[in-house]
Amino acid sequence: MTDTAYPGAVTPDREHHIDAIGVRLAIHEWGDEQADPLFLVHGGFDFARTYDVFAPLLAAAGWRVIAWDQRGHGDSEHAALYSWDGDLRDAMIVMDHFTDRPAPVLGHSKGGAMMIQLADAQPFRFSHLINLDGIPYKRTIPDVAEHERTRMLVSDLTGWLDHRRATASASRKPGTIEELARRRARTNPRLPFEWLSYLVRVGGREDPDGWRWKLDPTMRFGGFGPWRPEWTITRLPGLPMPFLGILGEQLEEMSWGTLPEHVAPYLPVGGRCELIRGAGHFVHIEQPHRVAEMVIDFLRDGRSAA
Amino acid sequence: MTSVRFLTHNKVRLALHELRASDAGRPLLLLHGLGESSFDHVPVWAHNWPGAVHALDFTGHGGSTVPLGGGYAAEILLADADVALAALGECTVVGRGLGAYVALLLAGARPSLVRGAVLCDGPGLAGGAVAPTSQSFFVLPAAQRAPDPYALFELSRDLRPPDYATTFVRLALEGSAMREPIAVAAIVRPPWLAAVVDQVGVTTATIDEALRAFASA
Repeated sequence: MTDTAYPGAVTPDREHHIDAIGVRLAIHEWGDEQADPLFLVHGGFDFARTYDVFAPLLAAAGWRVIAWDQRGHGDSEHAALYSWDGDLRDAMIVMDHFTDRPAPVLGHSKGGAMMIQLADAQPFRFSHLINLDGIPYKRTIPDVAEHERTRMLVSDLTGWLDHRRATASASRKPGTIEELARRRARTNPRLPFEWLSYLVRVGGREDPDGWRWKLDPTMRFGGFGPWRPEWTITRLPGLPMPFLGILGEQLEEMSWGTLPEHVAPYLPVGGRCELIRGAGHFVHIEQPHRVAEMVIDFLRDGRSAA
Repeated sequence: MTSVRFLTHNKVRLALHELRASDAGRPLLLLHGLGESSFDHVPVWAHNWPGAVHALDFTGHGGSTVPLGGGYAAEILLADADVALAALGECTVVGRGLGAYVALLLAGARPSLVRGAVLCDGPGLAGGAVAPTSQSFFVLPAAQRAPDPYALFELSRDLRPPDYATTFVRLALEGSAMREPIAVAAIVRPPWLAAVVDQVGVTTATIDEALRAFASA
């Protein structure tokens, strides 16, 4: 079924939930149910239906495209706890639900970085790995004096803890579709306003006092922890499956600023990394046809090589 | 006679036990180790503490909520402890094992409210590695009982780089009015704690010595 709210956007052919040890995860599928599965993993603060234009292009090439809303995102349940490891475990449960054979997996942004770690830990699940602008390689440290950096860290810490103290009664700020789209444009500045408005309709809900994103209000940007970006890229060289990285050239709020020359020394044998000139972090939304074509070609090559 | 009250942290009800009531002096907040729960009495080393004595059950432990689906991190337990701090006001904190690590994070994150943190031996003191490992991931059967198996699994392997831990020492020292806001009573010193001990603002002492010093600070 075609959703006419945005050109090329297609409502998933099938939508359902699965239980991930007590957390209900929303599944969205495009394409023939009997076709081979291809998993799409969304980025942080996104949701599966951000693939509404991109996924149907892959489905049209003969794949059963399966995406899920990570816990707390989209139509999935708001959990008590969120963590990187929890998200990886949920991914395993989704994959196990659909297949016991290696399958191709594509991840964008945080979803891409997560899948690098899962591919390293459990390579038997992956026939191919595609990463869309999700290869963190170094922390972007502002060029400021040490005492200023400490002040920023204190601000991050207290801001996060103050937020946690208030999460029990937190709710997302309501607004019109246009207001929510404008807010999202702050972190997605290159994407068309019409697309962002479409995202509000599929990623938000309309309450009596206005629209709200479905995203769990306990989640917020920033934060802190022991994780370091370089821990992701150092997992790349050992990956045994065919690997394709696709990076956006234009830096923006959500980008890691990673370029092919940063990735090149870490590429696994036979892997490659391409740069999409003129595109930002959301390469598959800015240039869906081109990126889909690259993915389909990559998967076709991999199949014929196998 | 002990009593318990419940605090809310997101979707979790946290059990905060009052082991000894007192209006005098500063409260003492006890943080248990991994897989433990709060003491049901004032431990002998805290008998001489001049104020009230409280003990918190972390998420997934003791009388606190055991959530479904895991997702634990030391930083979430830091937020648990911070919710207790919000309820109690300025405290001295004693942590065992995992609770010692959380006490350090709390001392750095809320230096004006934590008047001394004592880091003691106990379950979960070491935590995980100091850098990424080849550890895999596993789905555990659902078991909604305390201690939550996911807490045991995830919090026993959380990464603890020494320079991350020492950042919290620096924050504690910069934000505290005390000269030495952290006391290490632990005999065993995993890498993160060995790095902490070497920092300015950290002293080594027995629990008794540390509490005596903090009681008058």
